[in-house]
Amino acid sequence: MSLASTAAAPRRDALAGRRPVVAILLFALLALLPVAVSLGLPSHWLTLVTRAMIFGIAALSLDLILGVGGMVSFGHAAFVGIGAYATGIMITEGQTEALLILPVVLVICALFGAVTGFVSLRTRGVTFIMITLAFGQMVYFLAQALSAYGGDDGLTLYERSTVLGFDLFKNRIGFFYVVLGVLLACYALVSVIVASRFGRVLRAARENATRVSVTGFHVSRIRLVAYVISGMIAGLSGFLLANQTEFVSPAFMSWPRSGELIFMVVLGGVGSLHGAIIGAIAFLVAEDVLSGWTEHWKVIFGPMIVLFVLFTRGGIVGLMRKLGIARHD
Amino acid sequence: MTEPVLVLSGLQKAFGALKVTDGVSLSVAPGELHALIGPNGAGKTTLVHQISGMLRPDTGSIRFRGEDITGLPPEQRAQAGLARTFQITSTIPSLSVLENVALGVQARAAHPLALFRNAARDETLNAPAWAAIEAVGLAERAHVLAGRLSHGEKRALEIAMALTLEPAAILLDEPLAGVGREEGERLIALLQSLKGRYAMLLVEHDMEAVFALADTVSVLVYGRVIASGDPASVRADPAVREAYLGEEG
Repeated sequence: MSLASTAAAPRRDALAGRRPVVAILLFALLALLPVAVSLGLPSHWLTLVTRAMIFGIAALSLDLILGVGGMVSFGHAAFVGIGAYATGIMITEGQTEALLILPVVLVICALFGAVTGFVSLRTRGVTFIMITLAFGQMVYFLAQALSAYGGDDGLTLYERSTVLGFDLFKNRIGFFYVVLGVLLACYALVSVIVASRFGRVLRAARENATRVSVTGFHVSRIRLVAYVISGMIAGLSGFLLANQTEFVSPAFMSWPRSGELIFMVVLGGVGSLHGAIIGAIAFLVAEDVLSGWTEHWKVIFGPMIVLFVLFTRGGIVGLMRKLGIARHD
Repeated sequence: MTEPVLVLSGLQKAFGALKVTDGVSLSVAPGELHALIGPNGAGKTTLVHQISGMLRPDTGSIRFRGEDITGLPPEQRAQAGLARTFQITSTIPSLSVLENVALGVQARAAHPLALFRNAARDETLNAPAWAAIEAVGLAERAHVLAGRLSHGEKRALEIAMALTLEPAAILLDEPLAGVGREEGERLIALLQSLKGRYAMLLVEHDMEAVFALADTVSVLVYGRVIASGDPASVRADPAVREAYLGEEG
């Protein structure tokens, strides 16, 4: 804030004047990636970053409940998987129209979120982690049992979704921008929610639920709403993932996948939103680069992430703050 | 003539064999400052928890503004206009003072949980929040994170948060505990300035403050009210002297 504005409007809240510099930079760089590819960057980067952005949407949605709301869900991949399966099954049954698939995906994820959230949000801490994990595994085994749709082997899709009949997702660059657009829209939506009255209560309840309830708010109901919104956004990323990989499998919702989502959020920086996106990209790019190097890449990748998180405290965004690139909270 | 705002009748609460609240009945009239004193372990905080809804009494009833609120959860009691502060200060450390207070304003606003409108720029929240912040003398600290405030300032912030609920009654659980002398005097002056406007139930150890502020004093010992009345008569009560105030009282 400039000096003039502090003098003229000292009553404004400190949060009101912020500009998300890092996020703007991030989206600008992403938007320029296809240009870099046309200038000679290997084209598999387009596929890799598209996938990273899809996971970025899932990680962003997880950050809303984990980072902002303080609910560590260990079953978040279930929503991604449900979104992917709903998409895969509808496409297999001959329904490719995204405008029909999406409402189905969102409604199923909202219902799943409402039911599992209602049960699991009665608990906190480790119990909450275990219950969300259990719900996630439940869906995982359910998908394995879906023998009509590939069961254990998964389901190969022979078509991608269409939008109003157009093959918008076929072209790799077109699909890249669709995913970028969805990511940007989700980021904007979640940012607006976090800055809203609802978001303020959610943030406050993470730190001091007792205070929030004696102030007159029904804390678990607020958490449930956040949980459902988060699940719907994760479902959306599942829809995109099914379209990109043209394949869905139970592995999409296995617990290691949920763990990876948590890792992405922690790697990027918990609670900052753009950190989750950066974390997802860093995670997938590091995975790709290292696995190209040696087949024992996990031996390097695991300790690398542990050390990074340990020494940066606050992930990549935390590191940027320390270096003065991003602002402090 | 005036109906009491808050009436406790025959409250009982036991943790196992330990009776922490043993038939407590008292009432607070509009604008009255009713102080509740008692030695450590007398069950003062447990009583406040029952009134604010964080604990459920085993028997007895709590009436607030003529309604029985014994079975209501804390958030509904707050919505009805019953505010409280905590013995161990309870604020939201990573939110600014202004945001902490605006949170209370929000609870009473038309759309307390609006999803899309920016809360930090919302004048309908910020203006009443500023009024409460000014009332407790924290205006210069409005943009500081609550976690960085001094202990006394946190106490004042809690009172500001309580004020934004437009409360009919405020429960103050040891607002002076752990506060230095200078800040303590400031807080006493603050409570003095609120006196008469709100019904207050003040739980406090600081006798000087209690006798300076209270209209009525009740003495709680082992979960029972052993004396209740105006400060002078309570101070003179031989049972109180023996149980609590000691010879110097």
